[in-house]
Amino acid sequence: MNNHCLAELSGVTKRFGSVVALDQLDLEVRRGELLAVLGPNGAGKTTAISLLLGLQQPDSGSARLFGQSPNGIEPRRQMGVMMQEAALAPELRVREQIDMVASYYPAPMTPDDALALTGTTPLAKRPYGKLSTGQKRQVQFALAVVGRPQLLFLDEPTVGLDIQSREMVWTTLRGLVGDGCSIVLTTHYLEEAEALADRVAVVAKGRLIATGTVSEMRALVVRKRITCRTTLTAEQVASWPDVQTVTSDQHGLHITASNTENVVRRLLAADDDLQDLEVDRAGLAEAFTELTQETTKPRERTK
Amino acid sequence: MNQMNPALAVREHPDLAPATAMPLARVLRAYVVEAKYESLRMLRAPAFAAPFLLLPVCLYLLFAVLLFGDAIAKDPKAGLFTFMGFSILGAMGPGMFGFGITVAVEREQGLLKLKRALPMPAGASLIAKMLMSMLFVAIIMASMVAAAPLGHLKLSAGQMLSVTLVNVAGALPFCALGFLIGSFASAKSAPAFVNLLYLPMIYLSAILFPLPKSMYWFAAISPAYHLDQLALASIGAASDGATAIHVLVLAGVTLAFTALALRRMARVG
Repeated sequence: MNNHCLAELSGVTKRFGSVVALDQLDLEVRRGELLAVLGPNGAGKTTAISLLLGLQQPDSGSARLFGQSPNGIEPRRQMGVMMQEAALAPELRVREQIDMVASYYPAPMTPDDALALTGTTPLAKRPYGKLSTGQKRQVQFALAVVGRPQLLFLDEPTVGLDIQSREMVWTTLRGLVGDGCSIVLTTHYLEEAEALADRVAVVAKGRLIATGTVSEMRALVVRKRITCRTTLTAEQVASWPDVQTVTSDQHGLHITASNTENVVRRLLAADDDLQDLEVDRAGLAEAFTELTQETTKPRERTK
Repeated sequence: MNQMNPALAVREHPDLAPATAMPLARVLRAYVVEAKYESLRMLRAPAFAAPFLLLPVCLYLLFAVLLFGDAIAKDPKAGLFTFMGFSILGAMGPGMFGFGITVAVEREQGLLKLKRALPMPAGASLIAKMLMSMLFVAIIMASMVAAAPLGHLKLSAGQMLSVTLVNVAGALPFCALGFLIGSFASAKSAPAFVNLLYLPMIYLSAILFPLPKSMYWFAAISPAYHLDQLALASIGAASDGATAIHVLVLAGVTLAFTALALRRMARVG
């Protein structure tokens, strides 16, 4: 593991009975980055996090946290966590919950600082059981940050939050990354990944199907595709400016291009018999769906 | 951006990194804080805690004062037997109900999983629940000792202290029983499982009613019986069996059932 990698899954496979939750998954979290793990429900995001937290053991492959096994307490003293489902003691007040979790860490912030940072100061004296779903998520977020972690795992942190609270969480996360904290965030909100992430990893069917910076992902998923029947060969078209990739199959040529207009103009000029011309402009959401579906139907369709 | 946090510079050697070094005093504090909040939350749930907190002394007053007060006034042995019986009942409740059902609920609702992911010191949650149960037994014993004169029972200060200490420590085997139930039962079924064990144990351990001779084999395998005899011996009253055997059985039950529960928890979380 190199110096820049705080947490890593390498070649991890995890089965639950006959269901393969993770299939040879590789994932690394680099220092100072916010990594968004995207994927549809049941993609394996939560399982991947559980392995990194030492809550489950991989069937094969390895999980490392700060270069160590995640089962030890030392690496866990450097991380904070917010899980999807965790019912905290309803009788304890918010400040007490924070005080208790702070006691697990070597140099935590004070409960008051954690309350202020997460905008939960008005809830400090309220019993946890009397809070709304969104308020509970905010308190769980405060528990995740109170230990001043180097690495923060947040499993769907903004589900159930109103817009204002979500903005607050986003602002806090940006501040933490600014201070050198690394964050792993699972989400199925694309806009959340777009707003926050330095890097995005798309997981589907337990496999990592794409990874890159937000702009790389956007280029990957917002690219325009051209499909047509033509006498031109893939090799010919591939050498044109603005053309990124060209594949051919029984439906014709499939071209991705940074500037579709230029390529379409040149196609029409080069081939008078060009047929079935289609230009397909995928939005982020559509392209994300497409990316995740491609794992089940690889290279079959191209419309 | 990375230069902003100097602690990152030594992250290659995590064992040496100041951020991960936890002074012993802070580790101990974490256990204390966990125990404090575990007890506090139980005290704040009167509907849950009141039955096992108040039942022993209420039943003791009912039987030893209201129903059989006159008979007991003439028979000090019966008075002591009744007092001890309901004291043992008090030592059983917090561990089996308070500990056992709480573990089942926390396991089912993901709190124990969250705490496993967090850097909670090893066993802090378990130890906190044991201390909570012992604190509750201490409260129950205080109420029993206070009620004893009404049941025509005269105990010296030394006897009050020793019977209290024995029963407070005696909460542990019942914590282990509760823990084992909590490790496999769902939140909904845990109370039923606890009652299924608790109620027969009260009747078949000869702590409240003498058993027919043919049933004594059950008492011999019951931690309630051994705690009852140990508590009697601790105040210098007549008791059955050797103290060493009672201690051995109670310690054995505690260790064996805790080990089984821990094994189960390691598998299912």
